[in-house]
Amino acid sequence: MNPLRRFLRAREAVAGAIILVALFAMALTASLFFPGDPQAIAGPALLPPFQDWSLPLGTDRLGRDVMAELFHGAGTSLVVGLAAAAAALAVGAIVGTLAGFAGGLVDEVLMRITDAFQTVPSFLLALAFVSIVGPSLGVVVTAIALGAWTGPARVARAEVLSIRERDFVAGARVIGMHPLEIAFREVLPNALPPVLALSSVIVAAAILTEAALSFLGLGDPNRVTWGGMIAEGRAVLRTAPFLSIIPGVALVLTVLGVYLAGEGVVETTAVRRSLS
Amino acid sequence: MSSPILAISGLTKRYRRGSRTIAAVDDISFHIEPGETLALAGPSGSGKSTIARLVLRLIEPDAGHIEFEGGDFLSLNGAVLRARRAHLQMVFQDPLAAFNPRASVARVLDDPLRIHGIAARSERPRRIAALLERVGLSADLAARAIHEISGGQRQRIAIARAIATNPSLIVLDEAVSALDVSVRRQILQLLLDLQRQERIAYLFISHDLGVISAIAHHVVILDAGRVAESGNARTVIGAPQSAIGKALVAAAPKLNRTSTQGAADRQ
Repeated sequence: MNPLRRFLRAREAVAGAIILVALFAMALTASLFFPGDPQAIAGPALLPPFQDWSLPLGTDRLGRDVMAELFHGAGTSLVVGLAAAAAALAVGAIVGTLAGFAGGLVDEVLMRITDAFQTVPSFLLALAFVSIVGPSLGVVVTAIALGAWTGPARVARAEVLSIRERDFVAGARVIGMHPLEIAFREVLPNALPPVLALSSVIVAAAILTEAALSFLGLGDPNRVTWGGMIAEGRAVLRTAPFLSIIPGVALVLTVLGVYLAGEGVVETTAVRRSLS
Repeated sequence: MSSPILAISGLTKRYRRGSRTIAAVDDISFHIEPGETLALAGPSGSGKSTIARLVLRLIEPDAGHIEFEGGDFLSLNGAVLRARRAHLQMVFQDPLAAFNPRASVARVLDDPLRIHGIAARSERPRRIAALLERVGLSADLAARAIHEISGGQRQRIAIARAIATNPSLIVLDEAVSALDVSVRRQILQLLLDLQRQERIAYLFISHDLGVISAIAHHVVILDAGRVAESGNARTVIGAPQSAIGKALVAAAPKLNRTSTQGAADRQ
C-alpha cells in the first residue's frame, strides 16, 4: 500500500490535513476575497457576528472586518510557523551533524552552546530578542527559531553518532571524500527522518509563540495576527467575547491541524521505513 | 624481487576496557608484494578487521609503521592522505551496509571518479558503464538504487568502486563471507581475473580457509592479536604448525578440491 493511501486511512491525519488545506486556502485567498487593507474600517464598531452578511463575523472595536482579519492573519501564522520551524530544523540539523560527526572539542563546544540555549525558556528568549531588535516578521521568525533549534540539534547529533560508525561512512573515507562532504552529503540525509519527525511539534509551537508575542504587542505591527486580534478583543472581553473567541478557536484548530497532519505523515513514513 | 607495496611492522592497537588494556593488534609485521594476495586468517576477535582498519587509516595505531608504495603512510594527513587513498581501496563484508542507503549505483561509482579527478563530468557516465562491464554487470544497472539490486551485484559494485581509481592494493574484509556459495565462486574468479590483468595486490581477510586457499599466495594466521604462524598459503594450510592453525583447518568444511585450485599452485 502506498503511503498516500495509508495516510488517507488514518482519520485524525485526514482531519488535520483538511484543517491545514482550509488554512492555506484562507491565506492564499485573503487578498482575493478581502482586497485592500484588512486593518481599514469597514463598518460600525463592535458589530456581533452573523448580523450583517457583508460582515459575517462582525467588526471589532474600531469597526474592522473580523472575517478579513482572520483570513489575513492565517497567512501570518502560517508564514511565521513554517519559516521558524524550517530555520530551527535547518540550524539544528547542521549543528547536530557537525557536533556528532566531528566529535571532540567541536562537539563539546557546540553542545555547551546548545545547553545554554536550552536552559533559557524559549519564550523568554524570543521575548527578549524581539524587545531588543524590534518587531518585524523576520525578527519574530528568528526569535522563535532561536528557542526551537536545540531539540532538532540533539536528535540529529544522536542519530549522527550512530550513523558515523556505519560501514558506508568508512567507505566514503576510503574513497577519499572530504570530511565535510561526508558529514553533509552522506550522513546528514540519513539522519534527517527522526529530525523531521519533530517538525509538526515545532510548527505548532512556533504558531503559538507567534500568537503569544503578538498578544503582548511584539508582533509585526504592519500585519494582522490572530494573537494581536485576541489582545484587541481582551479590552471588551465581557461585552464582545467573540472578538477573542473567534481568533482563539482559529488558533486552536490550526495547531491541532498541524499536529495531527504532521503526526500522520510521520507515522505513515515510519511504517514505510520499517517495511523496507 | 620488487619492493613491497605494503609493509607493516610492529603494528599495535590497544583498547581500554574498564581498567584493563587489551591489545587488539599486538606487534604485527608482514608485507605484501605488488600483484600478490596475502590472507589474514584467524578466529573472530583475533584482530583481522582491526588490522584492515589500521592499514586504511580508518583508525590510528598506538605503535608501529605502515609503509605504502614505498612511503610512510602514517605521516600523511588531510588532502595528501585523501589523494593517496585512491591507490588503497577496500571492499566490505556486508555489501548493503557499505553504501549510502540512498545512493544509486551511478552515484556510488561517480564519487571516486569525481573526487580524484579521474574523469571530466561529461566523460564519467561512459567510465561508469565501462566499470560496470568490467565487473560483469550490465551498464543499465547504473540507474538503479543500491537497495534494488541483489547482494552479489552489490559486491560487484563494491569491487567496481574499489578499482575505479586504479588502486595498487585492495583490502577485502570478509568480502565473500556474506555471499552464497555460487556467487562467492564468481566473485573470487572476478578478483583473480582483476589481479591477473591489473597486478592489484590484495589484503584478503577471512576466517574461511577454503576461500583463502583459493585466492591467497601467502597467509598470516592470527590469534588474539598476534601472529601465530605465517608463510606460503598452501604450506601453512596443508600442514599448520600452530595450535590455532590446526584448529582452523580442522574446523574448515572439507575443501572442494576441484573448484579451489590454490593460488599458491599457480605461482
